[in-house]
Amino acid sequence: MNAINEEPEHQEIEALLPWYAAGTLSRRDANRVEQALAGDRELARQYDLVREELVETIHLNETLGAPSARAMERLFAAIDAEEARAPRHSRLFDFGSRIPEFLSSVTRRTLAWSATAAAVAILVQAAVIGSVVVKEQGGPSGPRLTSAPSEGSYAVVRFAPQATADDMTNFLRAYKATVVEGPLKGQLYRIRLSETKLPEEEVGKIVRQMQSESNIVGFVAAKE
Amino acid sequence: MHSTPDEVLIGRIANGDRLAMQVLYARYHVRVFRFVVRLVRDEATAEDVISDVFLDVWRQAGRFEARSRVSTWLLAIARFKAISALRRRRDEELGEEAAAAIEDPSDNPATALEKKDKSAMLRKCLAGLSAEHREIIDLVYYHEKSVEDAAEIVGIPENTVKTRMFYARKRLAELLKSEGIERGWP
Repeated sequence: MNAINEEPEHQEIEALLPWYAAGTLSRRDANRVEQALAGDRELARQYDLVREELVETIHLNETLGAPSARAMERLFAAIDAEEARAPRHSRLFDFGSRIPEFLSSVTRRTLAWSATAAAVAILVQAAVIGSVVVKEQGGPSGPRLTSAPSEGSYAVVRFAPQATADDMTNFLRAYKATVVEGPLKGQLYRIRLSETKLPEEEVGKIVRQMQSESNIVGFVAAKE
Repeated sequence: MHSTPDEVLIGRIANGDRLAMQVLYARYHVRVFRFVVRLVRDEATAEDVISDVFLDVWRQAGRFEARSRVSTWLLAIARFKAISALRRRRDEELGEEAAAAIEDPSDNPATALEKKDKSAMLRKCLAGLSAEHREIIDLVYYHEKSVEDAAEIVGIPENTVKTRMFYARKRLAELLKSEGIERGWP
């Protein structure tokens, strides 16, 4: 790279010297540079210049100090303001539909205590879970709820009547779970816990953790 | 001591964990600040930018893709916001000549006496590089970014990262030469 008539290999090695000095080359490239340095005095001199630059760049940056507490105060004030305007769980997953609003405003206060309304809630819940799947899996052309892949580890879950759309999506996201089938008999949904087969103990541990969230799930169990 | 991996912190932030946010901030705010202040050349602006960077992290943590390193993701956001901040400042059309005239951050009466010192001169010339060249030098030498990570942060191909670094170093050598320091390269 230094002169037109230099060999491409030499130029390439020369170009890698800054990363070699910083220790950010792959093992393979680092070996190439080491071998070239061992037999090339001009390249070794180049490397000395690179090391000087590296040392002084670090020195220069270290003289720049640190931000004042104002930056952190400003950040957390902004976070507080956002949380006050829109609680975090409602931002995590944007359905782009009115269903979540409907659920959050109606389900908790009104529907949960009425048998008729509970049936409505189940229907809406299914719609919401359907929309989760559509959203997560790439739209209407994506896999449908009734197509259940067999690989991985699974559980069946029934959401609590009072669980809102946000509760459900946050729950699924927290466990990196995906709804793959449902609603089944008893308003159960089959969810995938992992795309790979997990040890039985690990599945049991996840299920126990899920069971502790009784405000969101009414029933959960491991399923092959 | 075992510290929580960055990716785990991001996952917790995605779930609204403020403590995780504080830990991530404590871990990276100084480095992000230094990266930004070298681009915008103004501490108050840099502080505003880093607040915005971490606010974006708070908002976007759920969309973080683990194929990037968290530090690379942070610097990519920081770079974007620093450039936006520069665009908002009408007087930020700093060419290389104007930048060279800016006071060396390590300039003070004591160091002024050492101007002939090669190390001090090297730092002065590093400070006098164009924004594009400062950026790539800082990413590689100070922020320890690989070719791939630097390419992701700056948004250019990996080969361009290598050639940009080469020309940044070449320009540095020219600046040193103009100050009377001959390095014998290029």
